[in-house]
Amino acid sequence: MAPQESTPIAQPAGLPTAEEIMEPSPMAQMRKRVFGHYGIIIGGSTLLLIVLVAIFAPLLAPFDPILDQDLADKLKPPFWHDSPKYDPAHPLGTDLQGRDYLTRLMYGAQISLLIGFSAMLISLVIGTTLGVAAGYFGGRVDIIITFIITTRLSMPVVLVALAVVSLIGSSLWIVIGVLGLLIWDQFAVVMRSATMQIRNLDYVAAARACGCSTFHIVAKEIMPNVVNHLIVVATLEMAHAILLEAALSFLGLGVQPPTPSWGLMISEAKGMMFFDAWLIGIPGAALFALILSINLLGDGVRDVTAPENRN
Amino acid sequence: MAETDKDGQDIVLEARDVTRTFMISAGFLRGKRPLHAVNGVNLKVPRGEVLGLVGESGCGKSTMAKMLLGLLPPSSGELFVDNVPTSRMERLEMARKVQPIFQDPYSSLNPRKTIGDIIALPVRVQGNADETALRRQVEEIMELVGLPRRLYRNYPNQLSGGQRQRVAVARALINKPEVVICDEPTSALDVSVQSQILNLLQDLRAELNLTYIVISHNLAVVEHMATRVAVMYLGRLVEVAETDRLFENPQHPYTKALLDSVLTPDPNLGVPDSSLGVTYPNPVDPPSGCTFHPRCADCMDHCSQSAPRTIATETGYVECHLYDDNQGRGRAAS
Repeated sequence: MAPQESTPIAQPAGLPTAEEIMEPSPMAQMRKRVFGHYGIIIGGSTLLLIVLVAIFAPLLAPFDPILDQDLADKLKPPFWHDSPKYDPAHPLGTDLQGRDYLTRLMYGAQISLLIGFSAMLISLVIGTTLGVAAGYFGGRVDIIITFIITTRLSMPVVLVALAVVSLIGSSLWIVIGVLGLLIWDQFAVVMRSATMQIRNLDYVAAARACGCSTFHIVAKEIMPNVVNHLIVVATLEMAHAILLEAALSFLGLGVQPPTPSWGLMISEAKGMMFFDAWLIGIPGAALFALILSINLLGDGVRDVTAPENRN
Repeated sequence: MAETDKDGQDIVLEARDVTRTFMISAGFLRGKRPLHAVNGVNLKVPRGEVLGLVGESGCGKSTMAKMLLGLLPPSSGELFVDNVPTSRMERLEMARKVQPIFQDPYSSLNPRKTIGDIIALPVRVQGNADETALRRQVEEIMELVGLPRRLYRNYPNQLSGGQRQRVAVARALINKPEVVICDEPTSALDVSVQSQILNLLQDLRAELNLTYIVISHNLAVVEHMATRVAVMYLGRLVEVAETDRLFENPQHPYTKALLDSVLTPDPNLGVPDSSLGVTYPNPVDPPSGCTFHPRCADCMDHCSQSAPRTIATETGYVECHLYDDNQGRGRAAS
């Protein structure tokens, strides 16, 4: 190829150079989109707040979540109750054992986030591997993986989790493992169909015609185009895992007392539902806020990474 | 490298008896049946030629393109690039020599990559990526295909269809390949842009000494671009001739019917009658003898019994009993 020997033309004064009218770098474009999205700002800041509270719970919490119990102080109302007057030492009141509710709520965030994130991560790895392999290779691989997915879908999550937990006992890590091994189906199904769509597009054929390896094609051509689906599923599944943990704890088969868990707090308060509704209301509201913020953030991330939203 | 064959031609691409068979499931519990998408194609493409490959949908054009690109191995037969069989070529070596331009510029560019990254991919894959030199190389090729340099960091969806196709051309040419396979290079573009892309391809061919295979069902594109035309029907090349010859004096009845079927701009002439009355046959179950005989205007008695032989013509060959005085004794091979 003979690039034309062009004499450099002097840059006229006052006109922008090519570098100046070029689009900003991909990172700068991304930053601009992220900070212009309300879902990301609201969901992200709420989630960030919950995460920070969970991390710094030992510093922030006024009491110990387990040891500081005082039956004489039990069932103090939260600050918005006037009669009986609330105790300024316990802004969100105390539970049946007289433990500070705010402290338990803060430590409960640790459990919810840990379980939600770890279980989501395990299922993400399993489901994405299976789904992308099935979608990309097709044929026999697809038949086998589809069978595995169908097998998994035929098992009711809560029942299997209950059976496993009652057989081998319950602890935080067993709950994480069981949930992680059970909720990967959405990842696999979504990744499989998304990969199938992309595999047949011309840019994958172009990459292959360029001599790209299968690994390169999956990692650089396919994954970036399915990652927006992945993020949405990941947030949904994280919320799903948090809810499942709460449900298992509520049934007494998840995290065991006296560990502070939001699901367990709801469970312990259910007997008082008609007398002290705030005992259920406070952890319920926390759970609602956490799941809403995760979903808002997931939707937002999908929006800013979707190619259709550029311009 | 540039070996020449006995006619003194520098053959850059050759197909010898290339066949590609797909196993198609015929229905639940009925086993699979073979579909010969490409069936015994012989072809020699000299360097610098533009070969037009025409035919109806489903005749095997795209399968042929995939094999030429090394995306699909032939079931039997052999393809040669620069007289080296493709089955013995490294993937990267093949990629340096043969590059595609696809039909739809909306699906041939990864929407997550910037234009610069898309064009640089073939160089990066080859493994000798010095980023500063690569950036210069990309900008040079962008200039060559008529893309403004400021689009370097744009994403494909910020570009028009014509610009996208220029990106695809730039990506195909950055490694200076020898053969470019253009699979319907303009059929997804606006009419106003089509000629720009075709002229760009013509200019680049002269400048970079490229060989094109232009696959199209648009005969006007082929007439404009090609120096030689191959007509494909049900996986076989039924006629190969130089472009002027083929358009002036088509030999095979199928070629004649194809040329007759071109729409004219004059509305008073109505829809042309191509005389291809019967629909395209099921390729899993092709007609006996000459596969074209049920639709042929000049069908003779023995056409349904024996497959026609390859008859040499002035500038190519034709597979038809009309030009064979050897009344229906069939093809020697196959």
